[in-house]
Amino acid sequence: MMQREQTPLARIASDFGQSKLALCGLAMLTAILLIALFAPLLSPQDPYDLAQLDVQDSRLPPGSKSGSGLTFWLGSDDQGRDILSGIFYGLRISLMVGVASTLAAVIIGLALGLAAAYFGGRTDGLIMRIVDIQLSFPAILIALILLALLGQGIGKTIFALIMVQWAYYARTVRATALIERRKEYIEAALCLALPPARIVFRHLLPNCLPPLMVIATVQVASAIALEATLSYLGIGVPITEPSLGLLIKNGFDYMLSGKYWISFFPGIALVLTIVSINLVADQLRDALNPRLQQ
Amino acid sequence: MTAFVIRRLLQSVLVLALMSLLVFVGVYAIGNPVDILINPQADQADIARAIAALGLDKPLAEQYLIFLRQALAGDLGKSFTYDVPALQLILERMPATLELALTATGIAVLLGIPLGLWAGLAPDSWAGKLITTGSILGFSLPTFWVGLVLIMVFAVELGWLPSNGRGPTTELFGVPVSFLSWEGIRHLILPAINLALFKLSLIIRLTRAGTREALLQDYVKFARAKGLTNLRVVGVHVLKNIMIPIVTVIGLEFGSVIAFAIVTESIFAWPGMGKLIIDSINVLDRPVIVAYLLVIVGLFILINLAVDIVYSLLDPRVRISEAKA
Repeated sequence: MMQREQTPLARIASDFGQSKLALCGLAMLTAILLIALFAPLLSPQDPYDLAQLDVQDSRLPPGSKSGSGLTFWLGSDDQGRDILSGIFYGLRISLMVGVASTLAAVIIGLALGLAAAYFGGRTDGLIMRIVDIQLSFPAILIALILLALLGQGIGKTIFALIMVQWAYYARTVRATALIERRKEYIEAALCLALPPARIVFRHLLPNCLPPLMVIATVQVASAIALEATLSYLGIGVPITEPSLGLLIKNGFDYMLSGKYWISFFPGIALVLTIVSINLVADQLRDALNPRLQQ
Repeated sequence: MTAFVIRRLLQSVLVLALMSLLVFVGVYAIGNPVDILINPQADQADIARAIAALGLDKPLAEQYLIFLRQALAGDLGKSFTYDVPALQLILERMPATLELALTATGIAVLLGIPLGLWAGLAPDSWAGKLITTGSILGFSLPTFWVGLVLIMVFAVELGWLPSNGRGPTTELFGVPVSFLSWEGIRHLILPAINLALFKLSLIIRLTRAGTREALLQDYVKFARAKGLTNLRVVGVHVLKNIMIPIVTVIGLEFGSVIAFAIVTESIFAWPGMGKLIIDSINVLDRPVIVAYLLVIVGLFILINLAVDIVYSLLDPRVRISEAKA
C-alpha cells in the first residue's frame, strides 16, 4: 500500500519504522549520541579536573554521597571519580574513535574498490590480492600487530582501526560496482561519451552506497568493540583519555574483591551502545533492500 | 592438485616475506632499534657492543638481510624480562594456547550443532527463539566483557570456579596439559566457555539456517514419504547435508580462535602466547614482541594453507577456478 509519490527517503523512513525494536534501538542510540555530545553539560563532575576529586571518596558503592555532597549514582572509582561522569566522557572517546576510523576506512575502501572495479585488469588483481591477504587474518590480530609496533595513542588506535576495516569496504564496493557497471544506465552514460570521472562519481558511486551504508553502520559497532578490547588489553587509548574499554580495565582488579561497579557500569554502557547500533543497522539493511519492499 | 598446492605455498612464502619486511620496518626504521632491541638497563659499553653485534651501523638493506638470516636460523633475540631466547619462550607457551583454543572449538561444536538443529527444527517454539536471541547476543557482546561477567558471577559471587591461571598440569607425550586433572579442568572451564561463545553463536546460526533450508528440500520430503523416523531424517539426511559449510567454517575460524585467545588469556591470566604478548607489550620486551609477530603470522599462514588444501579436496570447484586463474 505504498503511495507512488513518496520520496525514497520517506519510503526508507517508513520501512524503518515498521520494527518497534529498531525504533527502540534508534531512540537509545540518539540518547547515547546526545549524552556523548553534551557530556560536559550533563556530567555531575568533570572527571579530568583533579581539583574536584578527593581520594577519600574512592571506591564508594552506587548511591553513596561524596564528601562534598555529590551523589555517586553509579559509585566511584579508585581515584574518587564519579563513574557516571566517567562513562559520559568515555562514551565521547569510544564513539569518536569508532566513527572517525569507520569514516576514513569507508573513504579509502570506496576509492580502492571503485578503482578495482572500474579499471579491472592488473589494478583489480593487485588491490584484491592485498584485500584477500588482509582478510585472511583476524581483525584483532592486525590491530594488535600495528599497535605493538606503533605504541599507544588515540591517533594510532584510529589508524589501526582504519587499517583493519578498509578491506571489507573495498571488497563490498568492488562487488557492487561490478554488478552496477553492467547495467543499462552506465551503458547509456558511456554512449553519451561522458568523461570517466563523471560516470564513476555521478552514476556508479551513488548506486554503490546503500550496501556500503549498512556495512558501515555495523562496522561502527565492531570498531567500538574492537577499540574497547584493545584499550582493555592496555594497548589502545592512553590513560589520560579513557574510553569505555579503559574504564572497564581500570575497575577489573577491584572486581575480584566484589567492587563490581567500577567495571560493570562502563561495560553496560558499552553493550548498550553496541546493541543499539546493531539494532539500527539490522533494520536499515531491510529498509534499504529494494527486494524486501511490498 | 600439485600445481594448486605449489601455487598456494609460493603465495604463503610471499606473505611471510612481506610480513617480515613490515615487522622489520616497524622495529628498525620507525622506532629507534637501539631502544627497541637493547635492554634499556644496559650500560654504555654494552650498548656499543650490542650495536656492533646487531649490525646497526650497517646500511638498512644489509640489516634486513642479517635480520632475515638470524630469523631463519631461529634466533629472534633474547627476552629482556626472562633472559631466555624469545622463540623458546613463545614455543613453551604454545601448548596452553592450543589447549584452550581446541577446548573452545570443541565446546562450540558440541553445543552449537544440537542447539542450532533445535532452533532450526522448531523456530517458533520458545526454546528456538531463546536460542536464536542468545546467538545474536553472543555475536554482538564484546568477548572481554562477557569474560568479566563470567568471572563476576561464577568466581566472585558464587565462588564455584577459579578465575585465573591454568592450575596444575599433567604431562601428556611430553606436553603439559590441563584437562587430565579435575583441578585443571576447573581452571579450563571459564576461559574455554568465554572463548567458545562467539564461535558457538556462529555455529548455531549456520546450523539453524542450514536446517531450515534443508527441511524444504525434496530429499527430506522423500525421506518422510518413505516413512523414515524423524530421528533418521534429521540425524542422517539433514545433518549430512548441512555439515559441509559448518566444517569449512570451523576450519577457517580456528585461526581466529587463536587470535581471540589473546583477549581471553589476558582476562583469565591463562599462561599462553596471547597473555605473553600483552605482558611483553606492557613492559616493552621487544624481542618477544618481534618473535611473537613472526610466529603468529607463520602459524596463520600454515592454518590458511591447510584450510585451502582441505577445502580444495572437499570442493573440486575451488581447484578448477584456481587452475584457470
